[in-house]
Amino acid sequence: MSIKVTIDGKEVSARDGDNIIDVAAENGVYIPSLCYVKGKPCLGTCRTCSVKVNGNVMAACTIPVAEGMEIEVNEPEVTDMRKALVELLFSEGNHNCPSCEKSGRCELQATGYEVDMMVSRFPYRFTPRVVDHSSKTIFLQRDRCIFCQRCVDMIRDEKTGEKIFSIKGRGTHARIEIDTDLANEMSPQQVREASDLCPVGCIIDSTQGYDDPIGKRKFEVKTIRDRALERTHR
Amino acid sequence: MSKKLVIDPVTRIEGHGKVTIQLDDNNQVVDAKLHVVEFRGFEKFIQGHPYWEAPMLLQRICGICFVSHHLCGAKALDDMVGVGYSTGTKMLPTPEKMRRLGHYAQQLQSHVTAYFYLIVPEMLFGMDAPPEQRNVLGLVEADPDLVKRVVALRKWGQETIKAVLGKRMHGISSVPGGVNQNLSIEARDRLLNGEDGLISIDEVIEFAQDGLNLFYDFHEKNREQVDTFADVPALNMCLVDDDGNVDYYHGKMRIVDKNKEIVTELNYHDYLDHFSEATEEWSYMKFPFLKDLGREKGSVRVGPLARVNVTKTYADDTPLAKAALERFHDYTKGKANDMTLHTNWARAIEILHSAEQIKVLLSDPDLQKDQLVITPPEGAWTGEGVGVVEAPRGTLLHHYRANEEGNITFANLVVATTQNNTVMNRSVRSVAEDYLGGNAEITEGMMNAIEVSIRAYDPCLSCATHAAGQMPLIVSVLDSKGELVNEFVR
Repeated sequence: MSIKVTIDGKEVSARDGDNIIDVAAENGVYIPSLCYVKGKPCLGTCRTCSVKVNGNVMAACTIPVAEGMEIEVNEPEVTDMRKALVELLFSEGNHNCPSCEKSGRCELQATGYEVDMMVSRFPYRFTPRVVDHSSKTIFLQRDRCIFCQRCVDMIRDEKTGEKIFSIKGRGTHARIEIDTDLANEMSPQQVREASDLCPVGCIIDSTQGYDDPIGKRKFEVKTIRDRALERTHR
Repeated sequence: MSKKLVIDPVTRIEGHGKVTIQLDDNNQVVDAKLHVVEFRGFEKFIQGHPYWEAPMLLQRICGICFVSHHLCGAKALDDMVGVGYSTGTKMLPTPEKMRRLGHYAQQLQSHVTAYFYLIVPEMLFGMDAPPEQRNVLGLVEADPDLVKRVVALRKWGQETIKAVLGKRMHGISSVPGGVNQNLSIEARDRLLNGEDGLISIDEVIEFAQDGLNLFYDFHEKNREQVDTFADVPALNMCLVDDDGNVDYYHGKMRIVDKNKEIVTELNYHDYLDHFSEATEEWSYMKFPFLKDLGREKGSVRVGPLARVNVTKTYADDTPLAKAALERFHDYTKGKANDMTLHTNWARAIEILHSAEQIKVLLSDPDLQKDQLVITPPEGAWTGEGVGVVEAPRGTLLHHYRANEEGNITFANLVVATTQNNTVMNRSVRSVAEDYLGGNAEITEGMMNAIEVSIRAYDPCLSCATHAAGQMPLIVSVLDSKGELVNEFVR
């Protein structure tokens, strides 16, 4: 059923039940997100897609549109709020874009550019995190994990359906874990899929790296905004 | 009364250093030291990173010779994955030539920066010219056309680096076993022929010749000063090819004496068998030396002067540089040249040599071929690698080890400026004695002469102080008798 909502004051038509990110994208309005994958169940973990809905701040990926809903995306306060959320992710982990294999393909990096982040307003925590390279084909760079949980929910053992990745601990003690035995059973294609799904450089396919020359990397060829609006960013 | 002179900071070098000179009651030099007062830590914080990040991260040690660090790391990774020189594998033609192209371009732009912006001001205006004149702005005022040519030269070098590495600074092209792209025909033609706002390779060569002529004029007018300024002894070292001539990308490490006799020649993978390093409490920069000869006799000079001393001749396809080298060799009648200011002569020759080498490379169709990487065979992983290249400032070495999971567990960097530490200190001492010794009044120009002796080496102190964990950080307070009054240890 078609309903009417307004996005930044403009009335648009939408399918009832679609989430705000998808509806906005269909109408040319980009909302950044680091956990949402179109066609997959909503995770709502990163909050980077925060917008104002009828005056209240909500994560756009978690909210289905409803008749008469007033959505503010490019409103100054919530725009700065999204930027702050991205800055917090950079401050909380140990992100090293210059040498990271994911640079140029990293959604967090690309989103940082999209929200005009120059430097984090928050102090860097330099959280001590231990890397895990025990898998034959994956470098697990915990320094860069943003706890989006994409890998936890969407990457499963192809035979048993068991989870390969999980999050252990709570709060500041939380950390991403990998089941090395199951990871070693992953096909090269699934490893690449997991690496591509990770929005940062946490899950790295250790069998190939730095293959794309600078200037020809994913988000240099087409920005994350354009990919989102074309709904091809995944 | 005895007194201590301090130059802090030493200017127009890369990084932070200071000089102290101790004079006695008669103003004679008792002691002179170049202190390197900055501290980095790259060897430590690369540990735990995936092995393949080393060339990407460690090149950030420097904003000038980053291609050299990138390539040194790449060669070490070639070894580590089992397709490097340590395994007897020969690099494929296209990746080797792409690496060389980036390397020569960086040498060109690095030398052009050092020579024209940092060194030429003294050549044109004199060491005792007013400080407000002897700098790049003084050059702009005195000879704007020269500065325009320098800007054009640097831009051309940077554009070539970008064509190879994707960015003008800190790009990425080398991957374990090769490179990630070749050179397109369009990029090649742009560099060969130039375009609006970009000079052609022939103009690069022409401007490089102008730079060399600038030295000849300067030398002609100031021969005595140039030839006697910091004439200090040292062995000379560089990478050489099978004919014993410099190879900026790969070869054996050859060390020659004053008579150009070979003192030692070694496979750089065995460097630990031949070299040791000393530390002093007054500097973060270490003092490498040949174990067999000891610290005093076994310290080497690296960089442009060392390379032209070691090299007998250049290839026939770089005729202008070859002729310039012959003229250089004739000047000392076959002996190694120890005259510190002749380093700038050597640097000007190498600018020309780089330009001619690049022209040869750009005409090589191998740069457009598609075989870019050697894939290591199963079980080839060695977990250890050493890479050495001739960086603009001299012989640069990276040595890594990684565990079976691919984590870097050890990194050792021996950079050119570190190799030059002893000979730089000799130069400082020599100039201090010649220019300051016995003078009741010390002028700013005299103090600048000390800096000129350091600047000739184009030292990169940021690169040279990369270690962590082993470097002393001790401040000692001595009285006039040299007795320890107080000491601070971090």
